[in-house]
Amino acid sequence: MKTKVKQEPFFTRMLGSDGAVSVLVVLLGFLVGTILVGVVGKNPLNMYKAIFQSLSGFNIDNGKMNVRYIGETLNYSVPFILCGFSMAFAARAGLFNIGGEGQYIMGLTVAQVIGLLGPTVPGLHWVVAIVGAMLIGALWGGLVGILKAKYEVSEVVSTIMLNYVALYLSRIICLQLPGATTYKTANYPDTALLSNRFFQTITNHSMLNNGFFLMLAAVVVYWFIMEKTNLGFGLRATGFNREAARCSGIPVVRSIAISMAIAGAFAGLAGGIVALGSFSYGRILAGMDNYGFNGIAVALVGNNTAIGTALAGFLFGMLKNAQALMQGKQIPKEITFIIQGLIVVFIALRSAIAIYLAWRNKRQLQKEVLAK
Amino acid sequence: MLVEHAIEMIGITKTFPGVVANDNVTLEVADREVHALLGENGAGKSTLMSILFGAYNADSGTIRIHGKEVDIKDPNVATDLGIGMVHQHFKLVHNYSVTENIVLGMEPKNRFGVLDIAQAEKRVAALSDTYGLSVDPSAMVEDITVGAQQRVEILKTLYRNANIIIFDEPTAVLTPQEIDELMEIIRRLKSEGKTIVLITHKLKEIKAVADRCTVLRRGKYIGTVDVPTVTEQHLAEMMVGRAVQFEIEKQPPTIGDVVLSIKNLSVADSSGHLKVKDLSVDVHQGEIVGIAGVDGNGQTELLYGLSGLSPVSGGTILLDGEDITHATIRRRIELGLGHIPEDRQKHGLVSDFTISENSVLKNYYIAPYSNKYGLLDHDRMDTDAEVLIEQFDIRAGRGAKTMAGSLSGGNQQKVIVAREIHLSPKVLLVAQPTRGLDVGAIEYIRQRIIAERDKGRAILLISFELDEIMNLCDRIATISKGSIVGIFGQHEVTEREIGLMMAGSKRSGGEV
Amino acid sequence: MAQQETIAEGGVGKMSTLIGMIPSILMIVSPILITAIGGMICEKSGVVNIALEGLMGIGACAAASAHVLMEAAGLGVPSIWLSLAIGALIGATFSIIHAVAAINLNADQTISGTGINLLADGVTIFAAQILFSADRTREFKMGMQTDALGIYPTAYIAIAVVAIAWFVLYKLPFGMHLRACGEHPHAADSVGINVKRIRYIAVLTSGLLAGLAGGCIVLTQTIQYTSNTINGRGFIALAAVSFGRWRPAGVTFAAFLFGTAQAFSIIANNFPSLRVLPTEVFNILPYVITLVALVVFSGKNYAPRANGKPYIKGAS
Repeated sequence: MKTKVKQEPFFTRMLGSDGAVSVLVVLLGFLVGTILVGVVGKNPLNMYKAIFQSLSGFNIDNGKMNVRYIGETLNYSVPFILCGFSMAFAARAGLFNIGGEGQYIMGLTVAQVIGLLGPTVPGLHWVVAIVGAMLIGALWGGLVGILKAKYEVSEVVSTIMLNYVALYLSRIICLQLPGATTYKTANYPDTALLSNRFFQTITNHSMLNNGFFLMLAAVVVYWFIMEKTNLGFGLRATGFNREAARCSGIPVVRSIAISMAIAGAFAGLAGGIVALGSFSYGRILAGMDNYGFNGIAVALVGNNTAIGTALAGFLFGMLKNAQALMQGKQIPKEITFIIQGLIVVFIALRSAIAIYLAWRNKRQLQKEVLAK
Repeated sequence: MLVEHAIEMIGITKTFPGVVANDNVTLEVADREVHALLGENGAGKSTLMSILFGAYNADSGTIRIHGKEVDIKDPNVATDLGIGMVHQHFKLVHNYSVTENIVLGMEPKNRFGVLDIAQAEKRVAALSDTYGLSVDPSAMVEDITVGAQQRVEILKTLYRNANIIIFDEPTAVLTPQEIDELMEIIRRLKSEGKTIVLITHKLKEIKAVADRCTVLRRGKYIGTVDVPTVTEQHLAEMMVGRAVQFEIEKQPPTIGDVVLSIKNLSVADSSGHLKVKDLSVDVHQGEIVGIAGVDGNGQTELLYGLSGLSPVSGGTILLDGEDITHATIRRRIELGLGHIPEDRQKHGLVSDFTISENSVLKNYYIAPYSNKYGLLDHDRMDTDAEVLIEQFDIRAGRGAKTMAGSLSGGNQQKVIVAREIHLSPKVLLVAQPTRGLDVGAIEYIRQRIIAERDKGRAILLISFELDEIMNLCDRIATISKGSIVGIFGQHEVTEREIGLMMAGSKRSGGEV
Repeated sequence: MAQQETIAEGGVGKMSTLIGMIPSILMIVSPILITAIGGMICEKSGVVNIALEGLMGIGACAAASAHVLMEAAGLGVPSIWLSLAIGALIGATFSIIHAVAAINLNADQTISGTGINLLADGVTIFAAQILFSADRTREFKMGMQTDALGIYPTAYIAIAVVAIAWFVLYKLPFGMHLRACGEHPHAADSVGINVKRIRYIAVLTSGLLAGLAGGCIVLTQTIQYTSNTINGRGFIALAAVSFGRWRPAGVTFAAFLFGTAQAFSIIANNFPSLRVLPTEVFNILPYVITLVALVVFSGKNYAPRANGKPYIKGAS
């Protein structure tokens, strides 16, 4: 017997939609950030002017337009989106991959090594470097997966440890590369670079490069694997209910290792693209680039979906590009870190909203029953 | 003649998100009586008593204890009023001792405020003597038997000077002999002046020990009867709302070859202790073999070993001649092993998947649901699921695309049963198939099991409800401490004899 | 590097003997141990706190900032102790965010903890920018002083923390209640224990101790707070909790093990034969050892049973 369902008010329906909650959380993060900037005596408007400029290239203060900012925003988005996928892919399989940073660093290192020492064959050189970056990322991630699946080692701790191991390992390796000083190596041969002359011309010499296309391909690959393949089905089942998946014959240990490997490959790809796309020489890392850590926030905001993560990554790219502009307007660039941190904390609101909705339902039912 | 009521709960209403657990319910319990609270799963009995114990707060209604109106905000208030609860799922901390569990929250301290466990142990020993509830005060709770753990739960209430004691489904985990002992304990408590409320759905126990009985159905109060003068049949009808069939109709079995052969099987639990020891049993085509036993004697580990969830430490398992002792879970499924698991939430279903996705959990990776490149055919999954929903009468708001988590317990179980049967297994392992279900669903599932047996499948049924085993199965094996202590035909053995075997003694005759 | 200068000042002669290494080992182990005990208390009550890293950073930044400002105002030695207290209090205050998210809002505790770590990264340097117009706090002239044996007071603080924690957890009723909340919150609730209140206390205690530890690091091992000051030590403390099987003795042993590995990277510089290897090899050591220790001694079965699960009334 079908009962007539009362149409719930718009606000309640919106709360039930994950996408809307993400938008709400981002807005809240910005709101608090704005207030904080105001509280310490700076002008929040400058923060938004910087963000607007990084997005559109248009400088409100002097009316000038520079397309390079658009190019840089797009270019910065690439590693954010890919590291977001790294976290998201693992999350769909039920794992918390905060090792994106280490997987990124390893990818970057291998790309630098192959870039400087690999075969200088046009069209082949950078491909080998990028593939190498993805493979080492997969290895670095797969290791975490095996430790979790076979030895029950928490991926939260093992990934953090491997992040630091990666950082120092990268230094050890890169200091041995040809022409290495304390902070850089010799320049790459042209065949290793991902630079794209067309992009450079239309964006007034920004660093936007072929990595952008690789990222777009990754978006499609992510969505495809998750939604359309056997592999994705098994991974999602494992992520939702590991024991039920196991009882149904799904090879859980293998699934966890594979999902961490694929997640690592995404982050490794990000490292490779940054290494060969945005720089003409290798870097001796002094600290972490933080794309990996930010990938966590990107995936959470994007709710682990393909489109959501891509949009969230773009948002973060825009914020990063705005940092230098903000600093120039006396706003400490760390405000973007604070906003990102707040967004992650506010994601906790998701479960609070579930509690709120349940409470509302209960109140409704209570009223109906007691009125009889 | 005024009988003073120990408990009066008047007009109690309690709602949870999506369900009215108690709808204007009234309960009156006389002083020093044993009062049973009867109802199916989901009728609202546990909720009502949780309100009495202060675990929940009612939305509306009044409560009077010994004539005085009270507001029971939390368990502390209930305890002060002399109300104690022996929970169905024991609320004991596994790595604390018996004494620590009993005194938790009311610990004796020395003058520096430091815990005085020695004094606590003395008090526990004294209580245990007074009421004849034998326990070892210094033993770890995780090391003692289930019956002993229940005695600890009872002692918790007595330590707090309870004179109203609520028992929530106390016999689910006990052997027939332990049940008799519990009935004795209840009679003794009554003679010591306690008022007892017994929450149960077991009619036999109500007849054994209760004075009066209140029946709830779907959250509503149905009536209160005088137990000595009422029949079990009448109680059952009040509980369910219609005439109930106790006996299950089935044809005599047509037995074929042995399809599942278990020889000298040993399986350890997660901490390495051997829980299945040298167990042997065979199951033929077309028969239902039941394993009777009290929870904790290795049934769970047996199922884990057979299904592949746990590795096997010794012995062999042959499925239609093939050795599957160390085969992967997927291989066993492919060879024709079906499994309706004990815990449907944990092992049976993925709540965040739709009915369609859940129904292909075991075969999504092969045709027709997957092509040779590994791509899924979602439409085909949906269509096939719709057919199953139709065949098995599954109530699902959005058809094949309904989230499994939003289905009722009975419908969830139907999805699992439908999936397993649809895979046409040679052998079907069935564990606790009717736990937590209402009578309608229980009847349906049992009929389905018998139908599959008539189609020639070999079925191994594990259940803690002795009635279910005795009614459904063609042969009954009793498990005790990890091995089979006797296998008999359905009509060759009595419940009393099974009870003795559960406790470990072997009966002569039959196959061992 | 500031650390090596401080040790060199401590007496070059002492460094050549193994006994001479003890003060520096203690210096490095103490903050890790203090944080780890806090983490242990928190997890024993049932809440996972991976924000220890961020909370240490907040405490370190607060202590460094407070000290350099008070030093400039001429407060002298009391400024050190005041700064430590400020670091601890700020750490406790920040941990309220995690407490609310995990206990009241039933949030995913790993996400909430990660959020705080990210937030701490931003807030600390942001504060430095506002206060000192740089991406680090201003250098203070004099940090904590060692005693006659060359041992910093932080070592004694750490020992006190371990002893007090042990006493409260195992000898007082409050401790028994707290441990019950982590093993079987429903059982605790059914005997009238306020699970949420106890978990709040536990989370705030871990924040207090982490903040205190951060202050200890910055006042004994360096001269200012930078984004590299904590460098993963909060996570090493977390690993120590697990490796130490959630018991005070085990956690102490684990903290010593991991801390010694870290100390080695500094001390190795004083052994000529080891100076051949690049410093990065020693930098890697503590992380590799932690990882290997976790794999070999994976103690998942020893975790409090209700660890990391939000407590929802009546859902047993």
